[in-house]
Parts: sequence; C-alpha cells; structure tokens
Amino acid sequence: MATSAVGAAHAPAIHPEKTGLWSWVTTVDHKKIGILYGATAFFFFLVGGLEALLLRIQLGSAENTFLSPEAYNQLFTMHGTTMIFLAVMPLSAMYFNYFIPLMIGARDVAFPRLNAFSYWVFLLGGLYLNASFLFGAAPNAGWFGYANLTSRQYSPGPNVDFWVIGLQILGIASLAAAVNFFTTIVNMRAKGMKLMRMPMFVWMSFITQILLLLAFPVITVALILLMFDRFFGTMFFVPAMGGDPILWQHLFWIFGHPEVYILILPAFGIVSEILPVFSRKPLFGYAAMVFSGVFIAFLGFGVWSHHMFATGMGPIADTVFSLSTMLIAVPTGVKIFNWIGTIVGGSIQMRTPMYFALGFIAMFIIGGLSGVMHASPPADLQQTDTYFVVAHFHYVLFGGSIFALTGGAYYWWPKMFGRMLDEGLGKVHFWLMMIGFNLTFFPMHFVGLHGMPRRVYTYPAGLGFETMNMIETAGSMVLGFSFLIFLFNIMKTYRKPANAPADPWNGATLEWALPSPPQEFNFAEEPEVHSRDPLWETKRERGGQLPEPQRVSGAGIHLPNPSYWPLLAAVGVALVFVALQLLPLLGPLGVVVAVLFLFFSVFKWAFEPAG
Amino acid sequence: MAFRARAFRTASRLAPLVLVVLAIASCGGTSEQYPQSTLHPKSDVTRMIDGVFMTTVWWALLVFVLVEGALVWAILRYRGKPGDAEPAQVHGNTTLEIVWTAIPALILAMIAVPTVRAIFETYEVPKGDALEVEVIGHQWWWEFRYPQYGVVTANELQVPAGRMVTLKMSTVDVLHAFMLPQLAGKRDLFQQRINTLWFRADSSGYYSGQCAEFCGIQHWAMRFHVAATTPAEFDAYIAGLRQPRTPGGAAAPAPAAARADTTASMGASTGGQADRRTGGQAGAQGAGGADGQIGAGAQAPAGQGQQQPPMGPAPGDSTSPAGQGAKLFASRGCTACHALDATSSAKMVGPNLANIGSRRYIGAGVALNTDENLARWIQNPHDMKVGVTMPNMGLTSDQARAVAAFLRTLK
Repeated sequence: MATSAVGAAHAPAIHPEKTGLWSWVTTVDHKKIGILYGATAFFFFLVGGLEALLLRIQLGSAENTFLSPEAYNQLFTMHGTTMIFLAVMPLSAMYFNYFIPLMIGARDVAFPRLNAFSYWVFLLGGLYLNASFLFGAAPNAGWFGYANLTSRQYSPGPNVDFWVIGLQILGIASLAAAVNFFTTIVNMRAKGMKLMRMPMFVWMSFITQILLLLAFPVITVALILLMFDRFFGTMFFVPAMGGDPILWQHLFWIFGHPEVYILILPAFGIVSEILPVFSRKPLFGYAAMVFSGVFIAFLGFGVWSHHMFATGMGPIADTVFSLSTMLIAVPTGVKIFNWIGTIVGGSIQMRTPMYFALGFIAMFIIGGLSGVMHASPPADLQQTDTYFVVAHFHYVLFGGSIFALTGGAYYWWPKMFGRMLDEGLGKVHFWLMMIGFNLTFFPMHFVGLHGMPRRVYTYPAGLGFETMNMIETAGSMVLGFSFLIFLFNIMKTYRKPANAPADPWNGATLEWALPSPPQEFNFAEEPEVHSRDPLWETKRERGGQLPEPQRVSGAGIHLPNPSYWPLLAAVGVALVFVALQLLPLLGPLGVVVAVLFLFFSVFKWAFEPAG
Repeated sequence: MAFRARAFRTASRLAPLVLVVLAIASCGGTSEQYPQSTLHPKSDVTRMIDGVFMTTVWWALLVFVLVEGALVWAILRYRGKPGDAEPAQVHGNTTLEIVWTAIPALILAMIAVPTVRAIFETYEVPKGDALEVEVIGHQWWWEFRYPQYGVVTANELQVPAGRMVTLKMSTVDVLHAFMLPQLAGKRDLFQQRINTLWFRADSSGYYSGQCAEFCGIQHWAMRFHVAATTPAEFDAYIAGLRQPRTPGGAAAPAPAAARADTTASMGASTGGQADRRTGGQAGAQGAGGADGQIGAGAQAPAGQGQQQPPMGPAPGDSTSPAGQGAKLFASRGCTACHALDATSSAKMVGPNLANIGSRRYIGAGVALNTDENLARWIQNPHDMKVGVTMPNMGLTSDQARAVAAFLRTLK
C-alpha cells in the first residue's frame, strides 16, 4: 500500500501523491479505494479459507471431534457468507474500482465520495459480521438462512441477528457501488468508446451492476421481513401462524441465483481480457460474448426455483425451471467456445496470468457440466443438499471466480503497484492451486453421489465416505498452501523497486497506456477511442511499442477533494444497525441517536464543497 | 509418417484426460461399499431417476472429453515462440458461432426429453394397494406412522419389499428433508403441507437414509433406516407392534417364527445385529427364542414372568434390573415424552419406544443400540448428542443400566 509513496518520487509538485494513513481514510480516489477493497477482501478471503480448512480437518475422518457441532455450524455458515459477500464480491469490486475508469478513459468514478462510502460500509459490515466470533455467537443457520430455523423460536441467540443485520449493512454497500459503476459506465466513457467498443471486462461488469441493482432489493426485503419476525414478533415465515417458510426460499433465491452471476460475470470479463493479450489476437466473437453475457443475466432471473426442486413445487413448475436452467447452458457454452476460439490460431504466451485464465476455462467446463446434471429435477432430487452440489458450485466459484480473480491479480499487479510479481512463484502457485483444488473438490462429486449430505458436522464410518473425505482434506491443505506461495510472492515483490513498465504484457486496453501505477488523475489528456482494442491499434499505427509514458504535473486537472464524511456516514449506517440489534438493551433511544448521527454526517457530506 | 507421429504425440498428450475419464467411470463402487449411494438404486423410482442421471452423465462425459480436449489441443498447438510474427487478427466466424450455439442446444434437448418425462413420473403417485406411511420430522429424529394399521414407530421403518409404499411427509418444527437414496430419493418436509414420495423396493434389504436439509445443531444425527422385508415378515412386524405395552406390563405373544425372521433379515446386511446383541442380559436371548416367544417384550402380563422360559428378568419383577428399570421409567417422568405403546395415537415429544429393544441404532443413528450405549444415552443423552431435546434425568449409572435393561425387553 505504500506504492503511492514510491510514485511520489516521480511526481512534480502540483498534484503530489497523497500518502500516509490520513490519505487512505479520506481518499476518494477510485484507485486507492480499489486497493482498499482488494486488501480487505483478500484478508477476508484468507479468513474464509482458514474457516474452510478447519471444516476440512473436522471432516477428515469419520465421527471426528475436532470441532464441536456448534463450532462447525458457525464455521460453515461464516465460510459461505464470508466467501460470497466479503471475498469474491469485493475482490471483483477491487477490479471495478481500479480498472473500469482506466479502461473507459475516465478520471474517476461518477460519484467518488459515494465510492468511499461503499467501501467503508462494506468494511464495517464485514467487521460486524465477524465480530460475532468475539461473542461466540457467529451466525449458525447457513449462508442461505432458511426459515423457519432462523425464527426466534429455533434460533434464540444473537447468532442470526448478526447475520440478518450484517447482510443488510453489506447490501447497502453493494447497492451504492452498483449505482456508482452503472452511472460511471453509462456516462463517463471516453470519446469514441461506444458500448460495443467497451472492453469485455467493462461489459461484464456493467451487466453485473444491473444484476446487483435488481437482485439486492429482493434479499433486502427478505432480510427486513426476517428481522421483523425476529425483533418485533411478526410471522412472515412462521408456518404455525400462517406464515410461509417457502416464501423465504423464493425471495432468497430470486436474489441468490442472480448472485451467482454477480460472482462469475466479472471473472468472465477478466478472462476475456487476459486470453486475447496472451494469444496476441483479439477476442473471438465479441458481439456474441456481449449478448451471451446479457442473455445469461436475463435468464439468471428466471431459474431461481431450481434451488427448490426438493420442495415439491409440482411437475409444471419443475419443468419450466428445469428447461430455463438448461437454456442457460447455451450462452455459457458460447462463451467457452469463444474463449477457445480466441486462443486457436494465436501465438500463446504462457505467462502466469494466462495459466490462471486457461485453468479457469478447464475448471469452469466441469462446473458447467455438473450444473446441467442437476438442472434435471429427478436427478437433482438425489443430488440436492449433498456434496455433489458442493463440488459443483466450488468448480464454478473457485475453479471459476477465484482462478480468474487470481489471474487478474497477476495480470494487473504491475499496473496497480508498479512491480511485476515473480513468474516462477506464480506458476508454482498455479500448479499447487490446480492440484489442491481438484484433490479437494473432485472427490466431492462422488462422495455426494454416494449419499453424503451437506452441512453435516460429521458422518458415520461404514457409508464409504472416509477415504474420499481424507483425500479432500489433504487437498485442501495443498490449496491453502498455494496461497502462502502467493503471499510470499507479494512480500518478495514488495521489496523490489517499483519499476514495472507501463505495458509489460503488450496490452490492448487503455490502462496500459498509463504509467504503472497511474497518477491520481489517470489521464493527463482525455483519450479518444476508435476501436475495440485501442492500444493495439495505436501501437500498430506507430509501428511497435510505445515509449514509456512520462509522469506529468497534471496542473489544472480538477479532482474531488478528500473527505472523511463518507467514512462517518458509513459509521452512522453501522451504528443504526448496531443500535437495532441492541434494542432490548438500549431501547429506542439508541436508534434515535444513531439515526441523528447518520443524518448529520450525510448533511455535512452533502454541503461539503466537492472540490 | 509425419502426420502419424504427430497424431500419436497428440494422442499421448491426451492420454491423461482419457485416464481421468476412465477413473471417473470406475468410481461407482458397490452397494456394500456405499450403502447410502444414489448410484445403486434398489427400487423402481430410484432406478428411473438413475436412468435420467446416467443420460446426463454420458452426454456430459462426451462434452467434457471434446471440449477439454479441444482446449488442451489448442494450448499445445498454438504455443507461441519468441520471434513469432503477430498471428492473423481473426475477430470471429459467424458460421462457426451458429454451429456451436446449435449443438449444445440439441444436446440439451436430448437431456430435456427424458427429464420432463421423469418429472411427471416422480409426481404421479401410483394408485393401488399402497402401504401408506406418515413421515414426521422432529429435531432430530423421525416419526413413522402406519395409519392403515394404527401403529407408530421411530427412526427405523419396516416396509414390505415389492409393495408400493407412499410416504406422506411433514414436520412439526423446522424444515427437514427425507433422503433415502437407494429407495426413494429426497423431498423437503414442511409444516401445514404434505409432500409425497413413493417407491417399491426390489427385494429385502436394510437401507440407510438421513435428513438432508440443515435443521440445527444435530442435523447429522438425524438418520434413519428402512428394512424392506417379505410380506410375511412385515405382517408379523405390524402384529408385534400392535401388542400393548406399558411399563411394568408387557405385550402378548407374537408369532415367533416370523419375528425371528424379521430380526434376522434386518441384521443380515451389515451385521449390526451382532453388535446390539453382545453383552447384557438381552444378548443371552437368541433370536429364535424358545417355545413360541421372542424376547422379554413378548412376555405375558406383569407378574407372570416366572412362567416364561429363562429369558431374562420379567418387567414386573421389581428385584430384577429390568423390573427396576420399568419402575424408574414410570417414576422418573420418561412417560411424559415417550409412549411405549405403538398403537398410541398421542402426539409425543420423544420417539415411540415400542420396539426400542430391537432397533439397531439409538439417538436417530448416533450410536449402535448396544446395552452399554443405551445405558450411556439414558444417563446423559447430551454426552452422545449435544443439544438433543431429551434432558439429563439425573439417573445414576446403575439406574440407567436398569432402564436400559427394561427398554431392551421392548421388542
């Protein structure tokens, strides 16, 4: 995070790079916020990973007592919640923040202070959720929180309160960010960058923002209803009083399935950037890639009930949701074929980012195929809630999202920090991750088909689960170890001088025209775009590599002022929810004080001169 | 020659892929290795489901080999070398893109047709002389009611092989899911609504199932077993359950031979029978018990135990452990939650114990039903199943053993 300090050495005085803790607390620079997102999300990723390793140790042998049942249930709930809301989504947000403005040739996002607010709310929401561990009361009803187990009657402790409130806080962060990036992409593209010239990462991110805007209100409604049930004695999900637990499932999955695409579409985008650059050849079938992404997102809202085949919806509903689910395989297949089409005929450069992108394709194919298997409701009746499903979605979200996000880190690291990550260590990281990942998750297909349910804290000997679980646990250790290599790579690189070239990979998109890392204002002059791969076009016109861009003074470039009000407003949001949870202790006065603090912060924010 | 050499090289590079596929195909194992497996269907409905599943598997394997093969081939074939010229800047190929949109759609149609047919078949409960079983989920055990026979049992269900069985399922508390992979598949359980599964077991056997919807702290320890038996064994089982039982009293005789067969067949598949018969007074009683009576549970009314062949102490005898246990069972409040009579229609908090003496597991599958485990459970169930609803009744270990001895007489 001290990269900006190094950058300062180059920068003349007028826009000195701001450094020090205060500059991070008050920053409204999308690049710094991106790094904050990345560092925070990576920390939570490691936390979620450690949780997973504890779960795997417990499951390493039959009737193991390494973890108590309660600890296991808290850890698997927090593993899922953490990986989805605190790791994969904000890791994507890191790339949105850092690279959308650079790739579309903008100086910042549309609402820089709202951007800071999103980050702080996310950070506080994540800390709030994890603070539950300090009270020994982490959420324990699963990341899906099925009613009516989450009712006060069956979950009397504060565990589910932490979950229902933590997710609402995080939802505010996601929605604010989605509004911001949607507006940024619509309004702030450089001259000549038509929609159909946007880099594929920007396109997939754009679709992701639309999904966020449409899906998060649904989970918010569900969470508010649940919160009313738990705090104020309403009966929305209490069957004995005429409420309906199935209503929760519908609301949850109307959010939950689009959420899957929120997690994977940015990964599609990253891979679609890496493959052409390291094949020295443009993305194959750009238009098909765009439309298949749009189609996947659209269909993603029409398949939610495939998570609910076991509820017994009847043959008509099962048929409809089964067919719509299978239909999604078509645009997904188009994407995979186009990626392969991109490398065919290319001149493949096997650098670390390319390893991860190719690994992503190989693993995502497997996740897609197992997805088609349980798109068939009769087959799903055997597979749902077993480890087969655990295998499936880890192939999609780890083999898919995490491989792509990690590849993105190797790809964009020099741009963000001015240093190249070590290629040798990167490849070791890749192979260990590949081997560990498959050892961990491939046997889960079989252990699931052989009848091992999910979310069990142990299993008896004699059902044939022992050997495969042992292999999975061993594999998970390899997987965990691979990220130690990554950490080592980061530390090793950090000691080296920040002398990465602006364009180490022969990139095609605008961010590679800027110094590494870019200056605060990004572009000294607003760029103009004439094609889909603007930098390749420029290089072709000029007959070879461009000279290293010089750092310039940037005098007269208007930038928003730093502000701490977004942070204080975020604190206000968190306080409102904390006061709500402590309602029995503090009474309504706590909520009133918190709301007043929030209003005051927003008021000060609104009337603060922007710059 | 050059072509063949290259083809051979490509083939040898793809060999690991083929090996992976073969390894995958051979992971099915046997029913004995994987007694809860979905891959070894033992009923009509699960065989149908397996057929649909295998259709998806073969298509998926084909696609897997072709697409992963294409990916590996492309990576090897188009590996760039230093100094290579810029490759041709191809942007797409409309014909190709239409083809690879259409082919997956066709493959999906091949999967969709049998899928839709199977969806309707799984929902179509066959008419006819079905055995009806009400399945009621509790945190964390299973109640099984036979409305046609007016009896109830828990955690171990017996059904006749070859006869249609319809399960009418609901829950009294949170959601559960009934998962019986070899016979029935899986469905969720809700309050205020009945979900149905149906199956016809191929043959006699002992099948394993468990709850598959996360339902709280002891989600895993909500297992159950289903014994499919011959119709005669099943009739004897029902007749046995219909005998009245009370603490200090006992059931009237049941047909001996049939009961013996039942227990034997239930024990046959894994040998668990031997476990629960070792140690303790119950272990001394052979399944083929003498002169027309099996086990102490089938003894004559209280106080007449002496007339029976030597099969352990009579429940009514307050000097024997079982007799003391019967008294403790009544005096320590066990009857508030547990009915001993299988014909009891009362809605009880705890599992019906009419045949607890002959069940293979206790605590909804948390441990084998040995005398030692049973006594340990009675003394402190939380020791074996944290969070279970049953309270620690504060019995001494001698008292717990006495209650266990009494329960052992209930068969």
